[in-house]
Amino acid sequence: MQAFTTLSSSLLPIDRPNVDTDAIIPKQYLKSIRRSGFGPNLFDDWRYLDAGEPDQSCEGRRLNPEFILNDERYRNAEIILGRENFGCGSSREHAVWAFQDYGVRALLAPSFADIFFSNCFKNGLLPIILEPALIDELFIASLADAETSVSIDLESQTIIRDGKPMADFEVDEFKKHCLLNGLDEIGITLKYAEKIKAFEAAQKNSAPWLYSND
Amino acid sequence: MSGLSLYDKLWNAHVVHRQKDATCLIYIDRHLVHEVTSPQAFEGLRLAGREPWRTASVLAVPDHNVPTTKRDQEIEDPVSRKQLAALDENCSSFGVQKFEMNDIRQGIVHVIGPEQGASLPGMTIVCGDSHTSTHGALAALAFGIGTSEVEHVLATQCLLLKKTKSMRIDLEGELQVGVSAKDLVLAVIAEIGTAGGTGYTIEFAGSAIRNLSIEGRMTICNMAIEAGARAGIIGVDERTLDYVAGRPFSPKGDDWEQAKADWSKLVSDADAHFDKVIRIDINALKPQVSWGTSPEMVVAVDALVPDPEQESSDSKAEGMRNALIYMGLKAGQAVKDIVIDKVFIGSCTNSRIEDLRAAAIVVQGRQLAGTIKLGLIVPGSGLIKQQAEKEGLDKIFLDAGFEWREPGCSMCLGMNADQLEAGERCASTSNRNFEGRQGQGGRTHLLSPAMAAAAGIAGHLTDVRDYL
Repeated sequence: MQAFTTLSSSLLPIDRPNVDTDAIIPKQYLKSIRRSGFGPNLFDDWRYLDAGEPDQSCEGRRLNPEFILNDERYRNAEIILGRENFGCGSSREHAVWAFQDYGVRALLAPSFADIFFSNCFKNGLLPIILEPALIDELFIASLADAETSVSIDLESQTIIRDGKPMADFEVDEFKKHCLLNGLDEIGITLKYAEKIKAFEAAQKNSAPWLYSND
Repeated sequence: MSGLSLYDKLWNAHVVHRQKDATCLIYIDRHLVHEVTSPQAFEGLRLAGREPWRTASVLAVPDHNVPTTKRDQEIEDPVSRKQLAALDENCSSFGVQKFEMNDIRQGIVHVIGPEQGASLPGMTIVCGDSHTSTHGALAALAFGIGTSEVEHVLATQCLLLKKTKSMRIDLEGELQVGVSAKDLVLAVIAEIGTAGGTGYTIEFAGSAIRNLSIEGRMTICNMAIEAGARAGIIGVDERTLDYVAGRPFSPKGDDWEQAKADWSKLVSDADAHFDKVIRIDINALKPQVSWGTSPEMVVAVDALVPDPEQESSDSKAEGMRNALIYMGLKAGQAVKDIVIDKVFIGSCTNSRIEDLRAAAIVVQGRQLAGTIKLGLIVPGSGLIKQQAEKEGLDKIFLDAGFEWREPGCSMCLGMNADQLEAGERCASTSNRNFEGRQGQGGRTHLLSPAMAAAAGIAGHLTDVRDYL
């Protein structure tokens, strides 16, 4: 997994509450058996005026000029600015892969849906929960000036704007450790292989029906 | 010291290791797998040269992509075909048990788990699908996971998790005729909001839950995720034990006796601590319908489409305005005047035999309105389809002009050919009314199977109580 330490970038404001993972990456693209290549279809229904299909090139598709992703000024932003309950709905990790493939490294919102939140960390993306008032402030600033940028420092858990600390943020200690070091969680868990085997032996004894198929 | 909640008991029984920061390694008893969220996980195992930890815990079934017609022929869509082939290949090379598409036991993963007894009380159950919360109706700790976690469970049989907060929702009172579990859960989401359950495991309790069948309880837990909760759970009672008894994967003989005794303890202690308790009186509950593009945008069928100008939160009002535009509706119009194009009765929320029976009661002796382009009935599994046919329900639907299809997720998310066209409006028993969910530009109204059937007969949203 790609490590996350610091990031300085402008913002891509998506000004809607309850942005769901169906909107982030529509169903037809979930037929892919790969982990990459979802970037061009990020927010497909909002981004293009014509219907898209998997394996179709997005070059030449009609862009929706109303949608902010198509605004050149926001093209290089690596931080998503979102509203409450961001990433709700389906568990599809393809939503995170689409952000990653597009070039997003972090997301700021007043709240995130649980599964999406967890999926971000598994892919080296940092979702940060901020007070609604701070989010409002950033929306106003970013919509007025696309150059508005912030710096995120994971180690110190701070966000800096215009050279001044803007906010501290919370992050789970273990998730932070994995993110800072780009650790593979499976590798960490397998260090406890003996404990897992001991758990199974005890459970087999107390609830043998759970092992009748083994 | 307070007693333990059902969630505490399920959690405690599965802790393999606890880190200093309270992150726990939680053992997973059952891993359900389908074709959409698993290929990259199997690929990850291959790339890392890892073997699955315990294949006997895994049960795979194709459901999201499968066509609901012409199942004896090759799947037309080459991309879907490739994904289904990948599931076949992964299951056979890693030795995972799988129900084939044309196996009578095939169906929607959240329908077949309980149906087969593969989902049992006391288990931890995961699947790469958010509606895994469904299985919590059997007093199992069941939740949806992403593909990285699918790979993690395949490789280690465990997940690294932190305990959520706990909420109990007491639903008290008696459901009126024509009002079902679906109406109940839609009303709960309207009440607490789509983020109301975020960070919580919700235990559903109260007299209304006790009086519900297990299938009704599954409908409730299924939509816990739409309230933001990763898991919904319900304590064991006689109905739970009766439901589980005698199913193919259920314990037998001495194991059954021991399991029954163990499972009877899977209820919250009277003095258990909850971080939040909500009580909802459901005596006066009417059939519910969603009008917007979020499952919290729900009103009673006899209500008017709400007005964003009356909403105090700016951000909510903005969401409502967007929803009205997308849905092609006006604030203040009667919900009952909303004309529909298609009806979909199916999905992991409402495709079980009781759902089909409830719809058939309304349909019997009546005809789909002439303006309805398609009335789709998609049973949740091959066995449900078979049972319905034994009861003659297929005939009732076919005589009325509905189509009787093969099992799968179908138009709930339209990954197969069953989709809405842009602008089409659907009375749907599924779980999500997001923009484009059932097809790009499609408009979804969530409701119960009986309400969907009545809407099909009337040609517009209507109160099913007038049809009973």
